Amino acid sequence: MVETQKENIPAATARRPRWGRILAWTGLFALLVLVFFGLLRAQKGQFKIGERAPNFTLTSFDGQTYDLADLRGKVVVMNLWASWCKPCEQEAADLEAAWRHYQPRGDVVFLGVAWTDTDKKSLEYLDRFDITYPNGPDLGTRIAQAYRITGVPETYVIDREGVLSYVKFSPFLSVDEIIAVVDPVLEK
Amino acid sequence: MMRTVRHRTGRKIGWVAVLLSGAMALLYLSTVSAQESTPRPPVSDDQVNAIAKQMYCPVCENTPLDVCPTQACIEWRELIREMLAEGKTETEIRQYFVSRFGDRVLAAPPARGLNWLVYVIPPVAILAGVLILFSALRAWRQAPSVNPASKEPSTQATTTENDEYTQRLEEELRKL
Repeated sequence: MVETQKENIPAATARRPRWGRILAWTGLFALLVLVFFGLLRAQKGQFKIGERAPNFTLTSFDGQTYDLADLRGKVVVMNLWASWCKPCEQEAADLEAAWRHYQPRGDVVFLGVAWTDTDKKSLEYLDRFDITYPNGPDLGTRIAQAYRITGVPETYVIDREGVLSYVKFSPFLSVDEIIAVVDPVLEK
Repeated sequence: MMRTVRHRTGRKIGWVAVLLSGAMALLYLSTVSAQESTPRPPVSDDQVNAIAKQMYCPVCENTPLDVCPTQACIEWRELIREMLAEGKTETEIRQYFVSRFGDRVLAAPPARGLNWLVYVIPPVAILAGVLILFSALRAWRQAPSVNPASKEPSTQATTTENDEYTQRLEEELRKL
């Protein structure tokens, strides 16, 4: 009698609709997948030399638009900075001097990206250091996110093929240091 | 003679009228210009912080903008102050910051895309928890009536074990 009852219970349970459980487990699994990919993305760290540089569009303070994809065939020096960043001030004049050094060649583009900065302060900064190469705000911090920056200043040198050739996570200390980085990329 | 006097009196009244209207026009203009030059009331720190506390600067994560001491956040608060002084509303200011610095600046993410999960998961998890608890409680209450026969031997066994244990305990106590 007892055995008959025991046999009947699983049969009754099996007949019950299990859609709720299936849905709950599917939802939980989907959530775990999302968390997994989120963590994977967070763990990626900085870009490595030799990787293709993520594309970006920069609208400068004077309204010009620069798309990295359109700059193929040129070496791009992209510097992320902020007016409130003291180390950025250290390299500002050197970057401008390096830009003036390469400008006549026409195959080197310097782009300044103001990160989490206010326009007023950014423009004051550019005036203060007499910076003439194109600079613009990082709208929506999209460039910073694409390059997974850790702070400012950071400088990325991208070769003619759009591949990352050099990364600097601290300020340049002299014009010569910048030239020593850009020249080999030009000769590639 | 009378005509000359009347004529002079009329001219005087005319001059007085012209002077009076001139004076009134000057008074009106000075009032208008005074109103125009009245500065807007200064924006208080509380007004700035009421908006800033709903935002986070990407430079110093997990620190609300109203209490963050970094230079970047000081400049952002100054920008909020300037925008409030220009007569911008809270919504306009927040929209500006989102367009410039992304959704990350908001303390509460906008309910779109994957952000929906933030709003959906907690109530769904609580509801699921309540349902599981309810069904578990119901199962526990029903368990003895579903299969009382299976419970009986174990109950008897426990009682027997308890008796033996009590007896041994009593014996040990007597020895003492």
